Amino acid sequence: MRPVLYVLSFLALIALGFWAYRENYATQAALKEMAGLQRQIVGLREALSVQRAEWAYLNRPDRLRELATVNFDRLGLLPMEPGQFGTAAQVAYPRQTLPEIDMPVDIQAPEPIEEGL
Amino acid sequence: MRTPLRPLARILQAREDGLNPDQIEKENLRLRHEAMREKSRSRAEFRLLLLSLGFVVAFGAIGARMGLMAATEPVEPRASAPGAEIIAQRADITDRNGRILATNMTTHALYAHPKVMVDPKGVAVKLAEIFPDLDAKALERRFTDGRSFVWIKKVLSPEQMQLVHEIGDPGLLFGPREMRLYPNGTLAAHVLGGTSFGAEGVHSAEVIGTAGVEKALDARLRDPAQAGRALTLSLDLSLQATIEEVLFAGMQMLNAKGAAAILMDVRTGEILALASLPNFDPNDRPNPLVDKNAEPGDSPLFNRAVQGVYELGSTFKIFAVAQAMELGLVTPATMVDANAPMVWGKHKIKEFEGKNYGPLLSVTDVIAKSSNVGTAHIALMIGPLRQQAFLKSLGFFEPTPLELVEAPGARPLIPKKWPEIVTITTSYGHGMSASPMHLAAAYAAIANGGVMIKPTLLKREGPTTGVRVMSEKTAHDAVTMLRRVVTEGTASLGEVPGYEVAGKTGTADKPKKTGGYYKDKVVNTFASVFPASNPQYVLIVTLDEPMDTTLSQARRTAGWTAVPVASEIIRRVAPLMGLRPKLEPPAPDAVTAASN
Repeated sequence: MRPVLYVLSFLALIALGFWAYRENYATQAALKEMAGLQRQIVGLREALSVQRAEWAYLNRPDRLRELATVNFDRLGLLPMEPGQFGTAAQVAYPRQTLPEIDMPVDIQAPEPIEEGL
Repeated sequence: MRTPLRPLARILQAREDGLNPDQIEKENLRLRHEAMREKSRSRAEFRLLLLSLGFVVAFGAIGARMGLMAATEPVEPRASAPGAEIIAQRADITDRNGRILATNMTTHALYAHPKVMVDPKGVAVKLAEIFPDLDAKALERRFTDGRSFVWIKKVLSPEQMQLVHEIGDPGLLFGPREMRLYPNGTLAAHVLGGTSFGAEGVHSAEVIGTAGVEKALDARLRDPAQAGRALTLSLDLSLQATIEEVLFAGMQMLNAKGAAAILMDVRTGEILALASLPNFDPNDRPNPLVDKNAEPGDSPLFNRAVQGVYELGSTFKIFAVAQAMELGLVTPATMVDANAPMVWGKHKIKEFEGKNYGPLLSVTDVIAKSSNVGTAHIALMIGPLRQQAFLKSLGFFEPTPLELVEAPGARPLIPKKWPEIVTITTSYGHGMSASPMHLAAAYAAIANGGVMIKPTLLKREGPTTGVRVMSEKTAHDAVTMLRRVVTEGTASLGEVPGYEVAGKTGTADKPKKTGGYYKDKVVNTFASVFPASNPQYVLIVTLDEPMDTTLSQARRTAGWTAVPVASEIIRRVAPLMGLRPKLEPPAPDAVTAASN
């Protein structure tokens, strides 16, 4: 009985050693990958801040004003004026689509539905 | 082996000899105790040794760990991801809507190790070709005089960096740099100020603020804990751009040397726009003037809105009138003596162009017609002490509390003594100087129903409380009078249909350095409040040495210069703030007209 136990525990030792070896290298690989990803994140964040700066630069009011002037023919953009405010009364009602000429039209109000039915 | 206490042989022997056998027992007992003591002592000694060894090991372990920790380089924990704050060392600055006013960009600095340079002469020549501001001879001298380190350029553009790469000399090296970038160029330049590099190393350099908000809030902007959060200013980029555009056009048209404008929300004290012309590009901040004779106002760095301390002229009259109404000395309809010229001691107080609005003028008309004499009489009713206290409560005796590094230095100029003649001149804005920012804050107090609120450049959340300096009724009456100035007084060009502009003009002669005043150099100011029925905004426009030449004679009064500029600003800016013009009600058939 005893030799069997010895052999089994020896085999278990070898198995555990192999497992520990693999875990060690897997951990190192994960750390390396994470470092790479973090570098990538830093790079992307940096790129993002550059994009933001560029967006702000391209949208600077001076440039937009010039573009609006250059493209006035197509866009017709003018600075906002007090006269551009409207009132609700100025909004037109949607145009009603008329039914076909041969459709029957109710000329009398439909029968009121009796309550309680 | 245990020895008996009373060994029989010795006892018997002792009895035979007539000795006391108890003595033998005692002797043996003593020996046994001695042996026991010896044994327990050695055991205790061993235990003590063991204990001290334990202590030595424990303390040794702690000491060794401490030594190890002290000696190793600190490392970021590898498992946690770095946040955004690690990237930027200086927080962004945005306007109230989150549009970027200042941000950071990574770029590179160029330095050289001349000792490892292959061809110093060739490198110097090629560098001078890339950077026209560098001198090839001077560079070569610095490369060859035995030093081992030379800074060449603080900041490179990517194109320049590529060109330097193409030189291909191992002695040329790049260090990463974080650079401050102001994407809007000259816009709000005086508020932002600028930055420069502080302590510089090969791997990084400190970015420190040199003026404006950048310097005043340097600690906040550099705080690593807040680096990820942008600093939100109260400015609105669209309003700022519009005001700068209109102000620049007005300055050109009126041949003015400089101009300034402040737009302020009277409820919160937020400055929505602050412009000072001429301006500069904070990306490439010019050097301050070194010429001793030059006036500070000649430099584009000078912030006229905050640093320009001038006599503000008739814009001050409303304060005297408001105070007199607050004290119950007059009502808007009270008739006061306005017979010009008024003689006070050896001084003669005249009206503009020697007019006479007298003999009597209602208080409302004193403001509408801008009568110096009328205001002087009202001021005399108030008296010097009360006048000083009131102006103090409006903030005219202290620098403005604005978050700009220039603000604390712009101290108003106040007469040292305050005799009655000073009371008279101060009431119409002469003899005492303050900045347009002071004026904006004081007018905001009137517009805000008499509550003085500290002006600020930072976005405020929610309503703010302030100190009440006058009753709501006085404030309301004062605004009504200011409205009269526009509808039928000196600022008739300031009317913007629908926006009920109220305001007061002010024209002050510029003082000479040698004493006295220039005849033909003035500072024109228009302080306005709109809309008058429910004041929400204060706009101050100041023009430095303007001249209206559209008609045959040159005109230098504010009514012809600052007022039209201000009215154009209001016309453009009010719709941008979502302020609806109050127009006449539409004709009754408007609904039917629109429905088809």
